[in-house]
Amino acid sequence: MSYFIDRRLNGKNKSLVNRQRFMQRYKKHIKQAVSEAINKRSITDMDRGENISIPSQDTHEPIISHGQGGQQHRIYPGNKQFDAGDQIDKPKGGGGSGSGKAGNSGEGEDEFSFYISKEEFLNYIFEDLALPNMAKKSLSTQDEFETKHAGFVTEGTANNLSIVRSMRNAHARRIALSAGKKRKLKELLLEQEALESNPDGFQHQTRLLAIQEEISILRSRIKKVPYLDTFDLRYRSQVKYPVPSSKAVMFCLMDVSGSMTQDIKEIAKRFYILLYLFLQKNYDKIELVFIRHHTSAKEVSEEEFFYSRETGGTIVSSALKLMHEIVQDRYSASEWNIYAAQASDGDNWDDDSPQCSALLRQKILPEVQYFSYIEITPQDHQALWHAYKALETEWPNEFAMAQIKEPGDIYTVFRQLFAKQPSQHQGASHQGERA
Amino acid sequence: MSYISTDSEWTFDLLEAYDKEIKRIAEGFKLDTYPNQIEVISAEQMMDAYASVGMPLGYHHWSYGKHFLATQKNYQRGAMGLAYEIVINSSPCIAYLMEENTLPMQALVIAHACYGHNSFFKGNYLFKTWTDASAIVDYLVFSRSYIKECEERYGIEEVEKILDACHALMNYGVDRYKRPKPISAEEEAHRQEEREKILQQQVNDLWRTIPKGHEEEGDKKQRNFPSEPQENILYFIEKNAPLLKPWQREIIRIVRKMAQYFYPQRQTQVMNEGWATFWHYTLLHTLYDEGLVNEGFMLEFLSSHTNVVAQPGFDSPNYNGINPYALGFNMFQDIKRICQNPSQEDKEWFPDIAGSDWLETLHFAMKNFKDESFIQQYLSPKLIRDFKLFSLYDDEHSPKYLVDAIHNEKGYRMIRDKLSQQYDLSYREPNIQVWSVDLRGDRSLTLRHTMQSNIPLSDDSTEVIKHLHALWGFDIHLETYSSGEKIKDQSCPIKKAEDKE
Repeated sequence: MSYFIDRRLNGKNKSLVNRQRFMQRYKKHIKQAVSEAINKRSITDMDRGENISIPSQDTHEPIISHGQGGQQHRIYPGNKQFDAGDQIDKPKGGGGSGSGKAGNSGEGEDEFSFYISKEEFLNYIFEDLALPNMAKKSLSTQDEFETKHAGFVTEGTANNLSIVRSMRNAHARRIALSAGKKRKLKELLLEQEALESNPDGFQHQTRLLAIQEEISILRSRIKKVPYLDTFDLRYRSQVKYPVPSSKAVMFCLMDVSGSMTQDIKEIAKRFYILLYLFLQKNYDKIELVFIRHHTSAKEVSEEEFFYSRETGGTIVSSALKLMHEIVQDRYSASEWNIYAAQASDGDNWDDDSPQCSALLRQKILPEVQYFSYIEITPQDHQALWHAYKALETEWPNEFAMAQIKEPGDIYTVFRQLFAKQPSQHQGASHQGERA
Repeated sequence: MSYISTDSEWTFDLLEAYDKEIKRIAEGFKLDTYPNQIEVISAEQMMDAYASVGMPLGYHHWSYGKHFLATQKNYQRGAMGLAYEIVINSSPCIAYLMEENTLPMQALVIAHACYGHNSFFKGNYLFKTWTDASAIVDYLVFSRSYIKECEERYGIEEVEKILDACHALMNYGVDRYKRPKPISAEEEAHRQEEREKILQQQVNDLWRTIPKGHEEEGDKKQRNFPSEPQENILYFIEKNAPLLKPWQREIIRIVRKMAQYFYPQRQTQVMNEGWATFWHYTLLHTLYDEGLVNEGFMLEFLSSHTNVVAQPGFDSPNYNGINPYALGFNMFQDIKRICQNPSQEDKEWFPDIAGSDWLETLHFAMKNFKDESFIQQYLSPKLIRDFKLFSLYDDEHSPKYLVDAIHNEKGYRMIRDKLSQQYDLSYREPNIQVWSVDLRGDRSLTLRHTMQSNIPLSDDSTEVIKHLHALWGFDIHLETYSSGEKIKDQSCPIKKAEDKE
């Protein structure tokens, strides 16, 4: 006796726990791969998973087995020209690797690779950045929704019942099911009337009885067509749409003078990524402007921004000026939510720092949603830091700054941004209305 | 008679109709099976089943996650199709059918798994001796919940350490000769508690350090422990390791039991697949002969069957060793041929079976052999010629390989011997045994590796003794002997600057 069981509806993620165990065990490798991926990817390109490769030596499970060497016989199929006693040269460089099998398995299998999802990828980024859970959640999940009408469906809850639609359907069904019978009934009634008005003859009598019976059957059949049936019911369908609001522009400002090493730039990149991810959750459309500067500032592509090298002194105000010009030119504060993130190692030409803080105070801060500054240096604070320090108290909601030694420090400059997200969000849509 | 179906879409009614007919025919061929439990699953579920070595439920371990990721990736890339079926040696015999299969494929799988493999599980002497089909699912339930409980109590990491170490030694966790007695899950849990108490007592006894007074003199004669070398390393550790906690011993036992359960499968791959393939071929052909299926059905079945039993030559890019389906299927077909239609050569080589009743001979072969002995007994010269088998001798000291036998009169016996040896587990796996324990001294455990044909251990062995060290708790020595002489000595922890003589 055989039993058939349909298991398709049972859970399919039986291996989930084991998969997590594996990921946990190779966390170090995965993080390494993620951080390499971050360096390769554009800031705007954090919305997909990543292929992770781990040297298979590291994931190998050792067992006791025979190695190469000694004297071994092996049987192979498909002999074409060999005769007993033939000698065949061993492949060179293989170190006497005997069987064809070893040759096969040696190739292309030195890496164990697999795919991690977008959420997992982001989680690994966040882990480095020491984001609190609230912030992580708000970045990797869409939590603002708007319900919109999406037609009518046959299943739903009672509160979504569309009475008009349901009644219309019921009406149509009643017509469809009873129209033929009603027509027949009408004909019979006419005939009955005709017979009754002419009541002679036996034949007429029997016909009349037959008609009367048929009429009563038809009437009861018509009566049996239900007035409202379950499949008449229609429900309003409500679909949830995520609601990003309006548009934003993100300015990335960075010092590219000789003292900025590639390591510093990579920390800066994570800083920009975080801001970008935050903006992405809140705005429909985000534009990026990259401004790099040494003694003079220039708007550049992302590639150039992170990977070209410059030498020479540093005048920070040049970048701020350029940013202000671009805002005036292309991104009027009434239409755009403006965010800016500045990264530097703190070096600046001494006389320039006061000028920077003046520029920020008078021209830039009044126009932006948020301006964040990070100083990436293991040393003491530089001139620019001291010049900016006062702004922190003057503009507590719009300005944040921090000194960064490792990626974990980045979050501090965004703390405010994440903490007051709800009101931030309102502010953003408010600006959208102004547009 | 009319066709059971003409369409390739399957429904549960049609599956049942096919099962009924196949069962009827299988009984005609005296296939004795456990009841079947046929489960239809999706591709994702098949991947899950794959990753857990086909067991319906198992304890959690990262290595299964690794297998899952590898399977998932290969499947999604299209580099690999999933197996059409997985079948579990249990009673009822559980077979998984994948929903993507067409109806002819499902019929093939039912014939292959539910009547082929199933009757093999029930009939073959190794399975009869070593596994208890009715108890395995119960035991899996027990082991899964026991390990989960341990994880909660002692932490995932601690449990993982033990499991890692046990997996490394899994192939050395089998009894090759003693027969285990099957018990149910309830009994298992009950016995487990008792075991815990008694075991710890025994171990303590063995490692007693308090002097026993006047007995001491006798003790001075070096007591050899174990009195005989032990092949089941995990068993030895479970019973004798000085520092392990009772729960750790129980986990070792669980892994050991799993190894024992899979032990027959590892020794009968060619026979098991060959038997199942032979029967799906025979059963479906009978369906056709009876007019129950049409040509379209047979065409689809045959194209799939042909792929399954293909054997690429050694020089083909698709070559991946000898295909057990191909070898096994052709051997069973060949035995049938020898019975029904023997040539002069067959009569000389197989006087016992030439001309005998084929069905009886086949059943006898299925029941009483494992791959090694099956090949030794039944590989015919005709098949050696058909496969064009040849033997290659590889001596590490020679710059060349030597072809020392081909498919001719002189070579048949040697090829048969060597191929049979290739499937002999005791030859395929290095011979390592627990040799001695230094009870009076540093408590170190010495293993002895006896070399066969001067074949060394792979580099993995260094890692494996680290795991063994973790279980035993004291020094491990692995000595390699070749023709009676010690030629290599590995230790964990590694001895400081060994004096080279």
